[in-house]
Amino acid sequence: MSSKKKGVYGSKVKKATQMLFYKRHQKPGVKGWELHKALGSDYPKVLDLVEDYLKPLDLQVKTVFEEEKTPEKPTIEELDKARFFVALSSGTVTKDKLMGWRIDDLAGLAITISFIISKKGQAARKDVEKMLGEKMPNWKIGLNLDRYIRYGYLTQDEQGQLFLDWRTRAEVDQKALIDMLLSAEKQTQEAAEPKLEQEEDAETEEGK
Amino acid sequence: MQTVKHDKKLGREKLERIIEMCLAIENHAVEPFTLNVDEIIKIVREYFPNWENPDELKLDAEVLHHLASVIKMQSEWVKQRSNSLYTDPFLLEEKIRQTSKEGMVDVFLGAWSPLIEFEQLSLHSLAQGLLYWEALAPMGDRWKDIDVSEVAMGSVSRDELVKQRVLGDKEFSEELECYWQELKNKTAEKSADGKIAYWNFIGADTFLLTVQRAFLTSFLITYGYATLEIDRLEETIFIVPFTKPRKEALTEQSTSVPIAVSCEDWQKWKRGEQI
Repeated sequence: MSSKKKGVYGSKVKKATQMLFYKRHQKPGVKGWELHKALGSDYPKVLDLVEDYLKPLDLQVKTVFEEEKTPEKPTIEELDKARFFVALSSGTVTKDKLMGWRIDDLAGLAITISFIISKKGQAARKDVEKMLGEKMPNWKIGLNLDRYIRYGYLTQDEQGQLFLDWRTRAEVDQKALIDMLLSAEKQTQEAAEPKLEQEEDAETEEGK
Repeated sequence: MQTVKHDKKLGREKLERIIEMCLAIENHAVEPFTLNVDEIIKIVREYFPNWENPDELKLDAEVLHHLASVIKMQSEWVKQRSNSLYTDPFLLEEKIRQTSKEGMVDVFLGAWSPLIEFEQLSLHSLAQGLLYWEALAPMGDRWKDIDVSEVAMGSVSRDELVKQRVLGDKEFSEELECYWQELKNKTAEKSADGKIAYWNFIGADTFLLTVQRAFLTSFLITYGYATLEIDRLEETIFIVPFTKPRKEALTEQSTSVPIAVSCEDWQKWKRGEQI
């Protein structure tokens, strides 16, 4: 790459980074057509360069397409209609740092999203409330659901049906969530077994 | 005679029950494949020769309409189950119930990548705000009291309204039809792709006439005589006339597109510059 070309791409990378990080509208991120207008038709290449800079920082550029299914080789028209975000790489959030969320609220969100997925993408609010009520105080359920709606994780129609909204599509790998949930019991058992063994060992040592 | 009446009554009851069942499926209270579509079509076909009056035929059509919705839901059901994301909902629900709060959080963290967004005030935006504040006229100047003097009630004829240019000399619908014809002719003359640039159509010798033409164009679009084609990237607007007015334009929920027609834009258009 010539030094002139490098300079052009350098300034494009800076502009793209600002557009991706700073909130310009009510929703975070930036639409493909806005990047197209500001950076030119080679903006997917610029985003690849941004991604190269972000990767070592455990960050990634996420693309959420208008259609629910992600196209294998998206066309420029499909990219123009998509929304681009910067997000933490999957699996980098740990239990010690929950991004400002209380563990109860995050568990509630996890249960709600999984429940809606299990109901083919829509569930009656009262059913979700009932499910959350098994592990959460009643006064908190309504407040939490309203908060998930306000943040863009869920949306509610006039009939009181809850659906997954744009933020869930941007932040949550739904397939991975379901796969992990289905194998969760196994993991819990496996995790519990060594603990039991350790306890047994400790008891034996105490006995000694 | 009695038998025909009895048949009709029985048929109506059956159709009403079918509609109730379809509604339950549409409201997700019942699984879509609970309904045997072939059986229902047999019933509908069996009673169809008995229907004579409009109400009965309407009921028959209503059943077919709901049946079509159920078939659509059945197709979605099949698609969903063939999807890689599909897992038995009962199994999944059970897993959610069994997993502890901490377990749910562990699972969720593996699939969650929260978005990053910044909001920050820069010196530049502060300076912009100050400049705006300086240029802003005081409230007293912006919201002046309107001086309204009381006048007696009177009547005015249509001719007087035409003279005062409140009304046009043609009936509005007639005027709109003529204007539509003009749009179609101009589009055919100026382009081969059936569309004309917005300003090339509304632009006239005077600004007043241009505004009038923009006003009439908005009605052409609202009443379904034409539509707008907007390219957000190129920032161009085209008018596409329809050969026949589309009635659905008035019934469907439509979107408003505000287009500013300013004197500066009109002058630019006159000079042949791009707007």
